[in-house]
Amino acid sequence: MLEVQGLHTHYGRAEILADVSFAVGAGEVVALLGRNGAGKSTTLKSIMRLVRPTKGEVTFLGERISRLDPYQICRRGLGYVPEDRRIFTDLTVVENLEVARQAPRAGAPLWTLERLFHLFPNLAERRHRSARAMSGGEQQMLTVARTLMGNPRAILLDEPSEGLAPVIVEQMARAVQELKAEGVTIVLSEQNLHFAAVVADRAIIIEKGRIRYTGTMRAALADETVRATYLMV
Amino acid sequence: MGFYVVQFLTGLASAASLFLVASGLTIIFGVTRVVNFAHGSFYMLGAFIAYSLVKTLPLGPTGFWVGVVLAALAVGVIGVVMEVTILRRIYQAPELFQLVATFGVVMVAKDAALLFWGPEDRLGPRAPGLNKAIELFGSRVPEYDLVVIALGFVVLGLLWLLFNRTRWGAVVRAATQDREMLSALGINQKLLFTAVFFLGSVLAGLGGALQLPRASVSHQMDLSIIATVFVVVVLGGMGSIPGAFLAAVIISELSAFGILIFPKITLVLMFLVMVVVLVARPFGILGKPVPDVGEPVQSDETLTRLPSALGWAGYVAVVALLLAIPMLLSEFYLVLWTQVFIFALFAASLHFIMGGGGMVSFGHAAYFGLGGYGCAMLLVRAGLPMEATLLLAPVVAAAGAALFGYFCVRLSGVYMAMLSLAFAQIVWSVVFQWSDVTGGEDGVNRVWPSPWAKDRVVFYYLTLTLAAVGIFTLWRLLFAPFGYTLRAGRDSPMRAESIGIDIRFHRWLAFIISGAAAGVAGSLLALAKGFVGPTWVDIPRSIDALMMVLIGGVQTLVGPILGALTFVILEDRLSAFDYWRSAFGLIIILICVLMPKGIVGSGRALIGRLGLGGGGER
Amino acid sequence: MSVLTVSGLAKSFGGVQALRDVNFTLAAGEILAMIGPNGAGKSTCFNCINGQLRPDLGSVTFAGHELIGLPPRRIWRLGVGRTFQITATFGSMTVAENVQMALISHHRRTRAPWTLATRLHREEALALLDAVGMRDQAERRCSVLAYGDLKRVELAVALAHGPRMLLMDEPTAGMAPKERIALMALTAGIVHDRGISVLFTEHDMDVVFANADRIIVLNRGELIAEGTPAAVRDNPMVQEIYLGAGSMFGAAAAGAHA
Repeated sequence: MLEVQGLHTHYGRAEILADVSFAVGAGEVVALLGRNGAGKSTTLKSIMRLVRPTKGEVTFLGERISRLDPYQICRRGLGYVPEDRRIFTDLTVVENLEVARQAPRAGAPLWTLERLFHLFPNLAERRHRSARAMSGGEQQMLTVARTLMGNPRAILLDEPSEGLAPVIVEQMARAVQELKAEGVTIVLSEQNLHFAAVVADRAIIIEKGRIRYTGTMRAALADETVRATYLMV
Repeated sequence: MGFYVVQFLTGLASAASLFLVASGLTIIFGVTRVVNFAHGSFYMLGAFIAYSLVKTLPLGPTGFWVGVVLAALAVGVIGVVMEVTILRRIYQAPELFQLVATFGVVMVAKDAALLFWGPEDRLGPRAPGLNKAIELFGSRVPEYDLVVIALGFVVLGLLWLLFNRTRWGAVVRAATQDREMLSALGINQKLLFTAVFFLGSVLAGLGGALQLPRASVSHQMDLSIIATVFVVVVLGGMGSIPGAFLAAVIISELSAFGILIFPKITLVLMFLVMVVVLVARPFGILGKPVPDVGEPVQSDETLTRLPSALGWAGYVAVVALLLAIPMLLSEFYLVLWTQVFIFALFAASLHFIMGGGGMVSFGHAAYFGLGGYGCAMLLVRAGLPMEATLLLAPVVAAAGAALFGYFCVRLSGVYMAMLSLAFAQIVWSVVFQWSDVTGGEDGVNRVWPSPWAKDRVVFYYLTLTLAAVGIFTLWRLLFAPFGYTLRAGRDSPMRAESIGIDIRFHRWLAFIISGAAAGVAGSLLALAKGFVGPTWVDIPRSIDALMMVLIGGVQTLVGPILGALTFVILEDRLSAFDYWRSAFGLIIILICVLMPKGIVGSGRALIGRLGLGGGGER
Repeated sequence: MSVLTVSGLAKSFGGVQALRDVNFTLAAGEILAMIGPNGAGKSTCFNCINGQLRPDLGSVTFAGHELIGLPPRRIWRLGVGRTFQITATFGSMTVAENVQMALISHHRRTRAPWTLATRLHREEALALLDAVGMRDQAERRCSVLAYGDLKRVELAVALAHGPRMLLMDEPTAGMAPKERIALMALTAGIVHDRGISVLFTEHDMDVVFANADRIIVLNRGELIAEGTPAAVRDNPMVQEIYLGAGSMFGAAAAGAHA
């Protein structure tokens, strides 16, 4: 479904990504693991073209998207959930969702406000409230819901559990599992190994901008060297 | 009673027109973060175009209103052209570059208006069918004013509906907060920006066109309205449409009634209100904190090192060369170089607070002018010797900077920049209106140096020495604990405060030092020209300083000096042409588009790309 | 002997009660963790202590001084060091210069107009960097450092004026599991040596349970539990509103995938 080939990204002179390549199959949940600054977020942003890679190709559903603008990529059915929430605090919850609405898409689940409120019940009670007044956990749910309004076939989920209380992280994990059940393909970057262990099928470990390990989540967790060297638990 | 009602309604009619222009600016700023100086030019072009259209179209109400609407739409198209051809290329550059580019457009628009409509003011027709006056409490109110007032409310209502009841409006409001996120949600940002520019420009054009029956169309409309519009937008809160409406009413009524009570200081009154409001509410009446605009550069590439020993040797060599050449130069070049030194010091003074402290001043001409006028007053009116005035004039400028800076450092980003512009306008208004003392429009003449310094070569040396010492002192300060403290406040105010630094106080000190240096430059220019006038404190002069710093490259020490050099030479070369202003404007725009890091920054980037850099910084 | 005493702290924002009647103390040399769900009032409480916010009611005394009403910089001068959730360093300066800057401020030399700042208090700065293991990176610019290293620089900066108390807002946010443990172990070692008290907030329960001497739990602006790590962990109310079923930290997760 999504294929990344030879991605290189620089910030100024610093090389952030070096030759990152991987492929994600339809319906898969893949976790990018690695420490802060390893290049997980940059990988997702590079796919979305929010940062411009210096080299490399990205194909999505067989189409080359590495020359498109972010909005065009989104309109092809690839959604993006940023790490720092970035909800529109001047807008109400419903307005936040409406802004991101796109036409129904073949081969992707169709999301309505009601379905999203069912997935995230906390949002329903606050639908006409300003998004500013929400807690961190609710804001995180809103970011995910907002991206789903575009009826994506795949989503890039950047650090969904960061800075959340354990009990909210558990809710987030359930939401990701429901999305997977709906057939949405998910690539997520994560530091919280507990979270990744619960939701991901496959693990890709990045360190210093390079891919160091690819394998099933179960195998990664079972492998003592991987755990000690890269996951640092 | 009737008289006051009429006065109130006249104020309200002005407010309606002002609101149209201001709402356009506030919408454009809210979404694109561009402080569009050309907005005043759009207002002027709206009036001129409407004038031509109404004259061409058949007489009668239909012709008039069609003319007004077409003029507004035409201005909208001009706005789109500017956005697509210029701004779209430089959204990635530091935001101040966009401001400078729009000021280039101001210059081009001024010449275009001269070319198409000639230098005279134009008097538009009365609005057909609305040229009578209505009796109210025994006084007469023009019908047309009432229509304009009604239109103001209608536009306010329509804009409110647009922004609060449509998806497009929600998108625009979202864009004011995080446009990159929007693009990741499938919104075409380019299209959105262009649409917003169209809407904003149409509103400016409409504001101008509607003035046609109320006042004559002049070539001064652009900069005279832009200062007022900035005040309105800042007062109301940048990005807030209801705020702009409220502020437009306050400002217009203030001048409608202020002129009855304090006719002498009406110009100043508006800026004083702005100062009072911003001190109480730093983000305007209905404004919210905006993401900081006007951060001149990414902080981590700025001013990291003093020049190396080799670098210093280079500077010493340049100064030595400059010391040697007067013998070789013609009188013309002596004068030109003297000006380069003066403007280099002026630019370095602004660079000191911008590069070092992250503070942007849109009104640095105030301190330049205070220095110039201080010198002129002390020399001509008080009869002090030149040596004393050269010492005291910077003190005058520093005192002004201390007063204005006290308020400015309470704000940050655009708000601070706009407040500094307002203060400069206060100085300008005082200079302009207090003609008994300042000579008003004519300025002060015969500001001559002492006999020993009258010789061009001696004066050249005097300026070179003062400028070199001044610039060296500013540089040295930047790398002293004081400069580091400023940088700390710029890089991370929160962290600076949490290690015990009183940022405001240090910024205030920096403002005063910068003002004093600008004052030295101003008094030197007064002596060089033998004259000071109100143009020394006007908006273009403030923008000149900003251009020199940005064109040179704010992230380097030499940038402002090279900027001043480029600037003075360009101005000299171009002033021979009839349409020098537009040529100058076009070059400014080109520099902004082609060298978004300034001359020095772009030069370095080029060297880096060619692989000539010696390894670069760590 | 308590260093910090918070009593009757209350704060509301536009009708929403963010804090109500919060009371706790911090003993000399103690490491106290503040936990609770997002929006429970942790940040508000923190900001009332460090001077960023002024509470509606209550008092915060530190070593005999009332802190309420003082700006952050004055609170710092009384001997309170801070680290931020999102690292805040001076990006245009080197690692050493960041620490030197804090020392320049501590020695009240920020207005010195002529000496070169890079030469001031250099040895002292390097000694602090040594303590956090960053001496070998002293000449790098902060903007190019790895995240974990930035956190160490922040710690060195926070220690520069010899504080009696450190306030650390989510000190390990955004770090890999092993780095988190390492950073907190480093912090704990330093503060024990120097007798510094620490108040920190944290979402990573592995870090909290490993390092805190005591834990306080906030929920909806109220202090709902207080005690040793073991006591808090076994508190059913805390489990329900905050800790959840335990799959998101430590032992439980390891067990689930064993």
